[in-house]
Amino acid sequence: MATAPELDVAANPLESFRTETRAWIAANFPPSLKGQDNSMSALEGPGDLSEDEAAWKAAMGEKGWGVPGWPVAYGGGGLDKAQIRVLQEELARVGATNPIGGMGIMMFGPTLLEYGSEAQKQEHIPAIAKGEIRWCQGYSEPNAGSDLANVQTFAEDAGDHYIVNGQKTWTSGGQWADKCFALVRTDKSQKHGGISFLLIDMTAPGVEVKPIRMISGQSPFCETFFTNVKVPKENLVGREGQGWEIGTRLLQHERNSLSGGGGASRLFAGKPMGTLAKEYRGEDEKGRVPDSDLRMRIVRHEMDSRAFALTLRRAAMEAKSNQGPSAATSIMKNVGARITQDRAELSIEIMGMAGLGWEGEGFSEEELTQTRTWLWGKAVSIYGGSTEIQNNIVSKRILGMLDHQ
Amino acid sequence: MAALNDEQTMLRDMVREWSDNESPVTAFRKLRAAAPVEGYDPAAWRALSEMGLPGIVIPEEFGGTAFGYLSLGLVLEQLGRNLAVSPLASTAAAASAIVLGGSDAAKTEWLSKIASGQVVATLAIDEGPVHDPAKITATVVDGKLSGTKAFVAEGDSAGLFVVAATDGLYLVSDATGVTRSPRHMTDSRSHAQVTFHSAPAERLGDTKLTAQVIDRATAITCAEMLGMAEQAFHTTNDYLKTRVQFGQQLSTFQALQHRMAKMFTELELMRSAVEGALEAIDAGRSDLDQAVSLAKAVASDTLHLVSREMIQLHGGIGMTDEHDAGFYIKRARVLETMWGNAAFHRERFARLNGY
Ligand SMILES: Cc1cc2nc3c(=O)[nH]c(=O)nc-3n(C[C@H](O)[C@H](O)[C@H](O)COP(=O)(O)OP(=O)(O)OC[C@H]3O[C@@H](n4cnc5c(N)ncnc54)[C@H](O)[C@@H]3O)c2cc1C
Repeated sequence: MATAPELDVAANPLESFRTETRAWIAANFPPSLKGQDNSMSALEGPGDLSEDEAAWKAAMGEKGWGVPGWPVAYGGGGLDKAQIRVLQEELARVGATNPIGGMGIMMFGPTLLEYGSEAQKQEHIPAIAKGEIRWCQGYSEPNAGSDLANVQTFAEDAGDHYIVNGQKTWTSGGQWADKCFALVRTDKSQKHGGISFLLIDMTAPGVEVKPIRMISGQSPFCETFFTNVKVPKENLVGREGQGWEIGTRLLQHERNSLSGGGGASRLFAGKPMGTLAKEYRGEDEKGRVPDSDLRMRIVRHEMDSRAFALTLRRAAMEAKSNQGPSAATSIMKNVGARITQDRAELSIEIMGMAGLGWEGEGFSEEELTQTRTWLWGKAVSIYGGSTEIQNNIVSKRILGMLDHQ
Repeated sequence: MAALNDEQTMLRDMVREWSDNESPVTAFRKLRAAAPVEGYDPAAWRALSEMGLPGIVIPEEFGGTAFGYLSLGLVLEQLGRNLAVSPLASTAAAASAIVLGGSDAAKTEWLSKIASGQVVATLAIDEGPVHDPAKITATVVDGKLSGTKAFVAEGDSAGLFVVAATDGLYLVSDATGVTRSPRHMTDSRSHAQVTFHSAPAERLGDTKLTAQVIDRATAITCAEMLGMAEQAFHTTNDYLKTRVQFGQQLSTFQALQHRMAKMFTELELMRSAVEGALEAIDAGRSDLDQAVSLAKAVASDTLHLVSREMIQLHGGIGMTDEHDAGFYIKRARVLETMWGNAAFHRERFARLNGY
C-alpha cells in the first residue's frame, strides 16, 4: 500500500510553521475570548470592543492573519493554502475566532486586489486587512434588485471628479460603514456597458442613510441616498464602463462566502438537531425522538447537511487547480441557503411555542435568538443573488439552456 | 367552497366587508405598536360582538345564533385574511366546552354573557411548548384546580377559563388563585402563562370531552389559517403582476408561474380539508377526529409554504417590517404550532386509521 508521499516532504516546514503559530497564538490570544463568536455583529452593529477584543484584533491585524492569504505588501499574511489551514486549525484549537471580517474581507478586498490600481490597493487594502475600515455594498436600487444592470444612480463627469445622484437600497451595514463600493451609471445609452464601479466616502456631504427595520426586529440595512456627492476620479476602479464586469466578479466572491465556502463551520454551528429534539421533546423507550415524522425530517436535514459539507470539501479540492470561484458556486449558495433555512424552521418546530418568542421573560436567551435567526435567515435566499437568479445562472451558463425572452 | 345557505353567504359578506374596511392589516400594525394589555382592540371586539359573532356556536336559548362551525369558520377565515385581532376563536372554543359539557346552571350563567361579548373566554390545555394532551398534569382536588398552562391564547385578559386536568375539563371562572404572566411572542398576539393555585373549578366532563373540545379549537384555527393563506397568496400574486425586473413583470417568468400554480392547487386542497372538518363537526360525524387531523396537517403545510413563498417572492421588500409579509409568516408559525402541527396530526391520523 502506498503511503502519502508528499507528507514526508511537507511535514517539516509545515510542522515548524504550526509550532510558531501555536506559540504566537498563545502569546497573543486573550483566553477571555475563548469560544466567543462575533457572527451577530453584522446584524447588531459594531458596538464597543472590550480591551481584550481590541488587543486581539490589533495583534491579528498587525500580523496580517485576519486575511492570511492576501499579499504581505498590502498588509496580508502571505500564507499559502496549507499554512492557512494550519492557522485555522490552531485558532480553532484554542477557541479563537478571526476578529477581522466584513464586506471588505469577503468581497471588496479580493476584487480590488484583482482590478484596482496600485494606488488604490495601497490606499485601501491595508486598512481592510487591519479591520480599520468598514465597507458597504451599494448595488441594489428600488428598481434594480435581481435586475442589477438596471441601476440608475448616475455619476456625472465633472472633470477631475464625478457628481453622484441617486438612491441605493438594502445597504447592509450602511449606517456603520465608512465607505461604499457602488455600481453607478456613467452612460445612459447602454445597459451593462454604461455601468462603472465607484468607491464613495460615506461621510461625504450629500450621503444620507436611513435604517430599515427587518421582520426579525433588527435594523442591519439602510436606504442610502446620494445628492450631489462629489467623488474624485481616483475612486473609479477599472475603466469607465467596466463596472458590470468588476461588479459581477465581486458577486462571485460574495456568493462563495455566503455559500459557506468561506466559513462552512458557521452553517453547521450549534447543537445537532437530534440533540435539540431530545431536549425539547424527550425520548421514547428506545431512546429515539418520539415523533417519527419529525425524526425522519431531522434525518433528511442532517444527511442534506453532510452531503453539502462533502460537496464543499470536494469543490475546495477541485478549486486547487482552478482560479478562484467558478460558476458552480451558484449551486453552493442555493444549497447553503436551503440548509440554513431548513435548519431554522426545524429548530423552531422542535421548540414549539418556545421557539416563537419575541421578547421578555418566559423565554431563554437561546430561544429568543432562535426566533431571530429563523426570521433573519429568510434573507439568505434573497440577497447576494436570489435562489431563482442562481438557478437561472445555472440553467443558462452551465446547462446551456436558452433564455425564453 | 362549501355550498353555503343564504344566511352563511350574508354572514361571510358582512364580516368580509367589516374586516376589509374596519380591520385591514394596518389596524393590526397599529395595535402592535399600541400594545394594549388585552392584546386586542376592545372597540373592535365590541363591533364583532354586536354582529353576534361570539354566539355563532351557542344555542339560541342561551343568546346565541347556533349557526354552527362552518359559519364560524367563514367568519374566522375573513378575519384571518387581514390578520384581524380578536379573542373570537378562543372564546368560541371555550363556549363549545360549556355547550357540550356544562350544567344547565353553567350554561345559563355563562353562554349568554359569552354570546354578547361581555365575557372573553379561552382554553387552557397545554402545559409545555408543544401540543400534547397526553402530558396534562393539572389536577383537581375537592373542586380546586392546580397546575400551570404554558401558552394560553388570550390569557392576558380572559375572564373565563376552560382548563384541562388529568381527568377532564373544568371551568374556572373565579380569579381567585389565578396568576398570569404574558408571553410576548413573534405574532404580537396575546399569549400568557397561566397558573392555577387551588382555583375553584367546576367540572365539565371527562377526557373525551377534552378531546372533543380540542378538535373544535383545532378546526376553527384551521379556518383562520385558510384566510391567511388565501390572502398571502393573493398579495403575492398581485405583486408579481406589478413588480418589473428585466423590463418585464415578474409574473411573466415561468419559474414563478408554476410556483404560484402549485400554491393555488394546494390552497384548493386546503379549503376542502378545512371546510370538511367544520362540516364534520356540524354534522356530528363520528370520524370528525380524522377530518380535523387531515385539515390541520394540510392547513399547516400549505400555510407554511405560502407564507415562506410570500417573503421569497417579494424579495428584499418582503424582509422588511414595513411590509406585511412578516406578519403572515410570524402568525403562521404560531397557528401551525397550536393544537398540534402537521407532524402531530399525521401521526394521529395514522393512529386513528390503525396503522
Ligand atoms: C438582508 C438583505 C441584505 C442585503 N444587503 C445588500 C447590500 O448590502 N447591498 C446591496 O446592494 N443589496 C443588498 N441586498 C439586496 C439584494 O441583493 C436584493 O434584495 C436581491 O438582489 C433581490 O432583489 P429585489 O429585492 O429587488 O427582488 P426582485 O428582483 O424584485 O425579486 C423578487 C422575486 O422575484 C424573483 N425573480 C426576479 N427575477 C426573476 C427571474 N428572472 N426569474 C425568476 N425569478 C425572478 C426573485 O428571485 C425574487 O424571489 C440585500 C437584501 C437583503 C434581503
